[in-house]
Amino acid sequence: MSDSLRHIWTIARRELSGYFSSPVAYVVIVIFLLLMGFFTFMLGQFFRVGEASLSFSFFRWHPWLYLFLVPAVGMRLWAEERRQGTMELLLTMPITPWQAIVGKFLASWLFLIIALALTFPVVMTISYLGDPDGGAVFAGYLGSAFLAGAYLAVTCFTSALTRNQVISFILSVVICFFLILCGWEPITDMLVNFSPNLTKLVASFSVMPHFAGFQKGVIDSRDLLFFLSVIGFSLFCNGVVIRNLRAG
Amino acid sequence: MIKVENLVKTFGTKRAVNGISFSVERGEVLGFLGPNGAGKSTSMRMITGFIPPTEGRITVGGHDMVENPIPAKKLIGYLPENAPAYTDMTVHGFLSFSAELRGLRGDAKKKAVARAIEMCFLENVTHQSVDTLSKGYRHRTCFAQSVIHDPDILILDEPTDGLDPNQKHEVRQLIRRMGEKKVIIFSTHILEEVEAACTRAIIIDRGQIVANGTPAELKQRSDVAGAVSLRVLGVGADSVKQRLASVTGASKAAIVKETAGVVWVRVYPSDKARNGELARAVAETVTQSGWKFEELHTEEGRLDEVFRRITLPDTAGGSTSHENKVTGGHQ
Repeated sequence: MSDSLRHIWTIARRELSGYFSSPVAYVVIVIFLLLMGFFTFMLGQFFRVGEASLSFSFFRWHPWLYLFLVPAVGMRLWAEERRQGTMELLLTMPITPWQAIVGKFLASWLFLIIALALTFPVVMTISYLGDPDGGAVFAGYLGSAFLAGAYLAVTCFTSALTRNQVISFILSVVICFFLILCGWEPITDMLVNFSPNLTKLVASFSVMPHFAGFQKGVIDSRDLLFFLSVIGFSLFCNGVVIRNLRAG
Repeated sequence: MIKVENLVKTFGTKRAVNGISFSVERGEVLGFLGPNGAGKSTSMRMITGFIPPTEGRITVGGHDMVENPIPAKKLIGYLPENAPAYTDMTVHGFLSFSAELRGLRGDAKKKAVARAIEMCFLENVTHQSVDTLSKGYRHRTCFAQSVIHDPDILILDEPTDGLDPNQKHEVRQLIRRMGEKKVIIFSTHILEEVEAACTRAIIIDRGQIVANGTPAELKQRSDVAGAVSLRVLGVGADSVKQRLASVTGASKAAIVKETAGVVWVRVYPSDKARNGELARAVAETVTQSGWKFEELHTEEGRLDEVFRRITLPDTAGGSTSHENKVTGGHQ
């Protein structure tokens, strides 16, 4: 067991150092933070709401920003490995494919969490201006991290499908967009007239209702379970794709 | 060490590898030969556990590669075709990473990386990023990765591809040296390499083994193997041919080339196994006839000709080209 954890850590460390050895990571982080600031303070009307809460001015935008940020971060994970032929090297090492899949996922997740953590000035601002509920802020961040993880797992899967990073990016955006839309209120409001039960079913696959709880500051184990299932299922699909690739 | 039984790999309807069986023991250097697309790389990918076989069994050091891949993979060092390496890492970083995945830690890791760097002459580029390396260096970096844990088994897919002649020579030396204590399988389509480094060669064509033997045995299959070539001065070609065809042990004599006053003749044996005798008989005949000769030797046979004959059954022979190329003889 410790052996497999070590392998996961070795692979994760390699991926993570890969991010920071190229300027792309810094560019992505800067763009993410700029957009975050813009959405929070301009579109979110942070100052006008007059409330010491991050739910609607800040966390509300996360599903939409991640829609592009996360696929951009994760698209290279397997696509690049396939393009360069290093997958052959990696998978002939004495490790299991699962260790590689989990290691890569964790590295990118950690990168996203670092980017998320760098939004701390928002928290400082709100603490300076008022007296926010610390628990609610934490819940929001936790939910946001899991949301990013769910998108990332989808990106890992699409990344394994192709050796072209751009295609993997687009596929991932499409799938994640679907995960948003099928539970986004404007869409569900429209569908509910058509068939209420079906709408409920479709919406239950969406990240939106499950993120809504976190956004408001509620940690519900069912929502956590949902995000963990999306991660688990997507990584499982990732494994199946890789197995099929090798089987020819 | 490695046992391969009835290996089959199909891609869709195409049978890339079609029933290959062989085994290799410690101390052997096995050369994998074959035209492009014959199934060499596919076979190696199956032996190293990258792709699972459609049918058949691979046992590496007693471990089944499909059922128990981890201990089997631990024994193997692998240099894939085109020598892939992580381009965003430095040479040192890449080798450390490989060493860690091979289970080396701390001091053992440092030593292994230093040894691999020294062995593959990478000292000058240790802290350079892989994507800035020339092809030769990159190739050696990947090669260094394959020997980092001092494996019992080395599988090298075209190890000298893209190297300059000096580097090629070094790699061959390395293979031969390491082959004394390890099992090495390497693929190539450079035939001199087989003669220079292999203890045994397997020729694969269209997914099947068409020849399996030592380089000397394979050369014996050549048309010219055992024939005596000589260069005679100042005599007419026809009389030389007639006289030599009747030498004891000769089946026929052929004029290879004729220029002013010089005749190149080749005398074929009736029995390939007794080639030394034929050379002696030819030499006696020539002396008795009072001819002057500049050269006389027994042909060992040529691997390229054997290769061509085996892998191109439609154009059997092909022995008429390059006749004037002098190969090393016994006498």
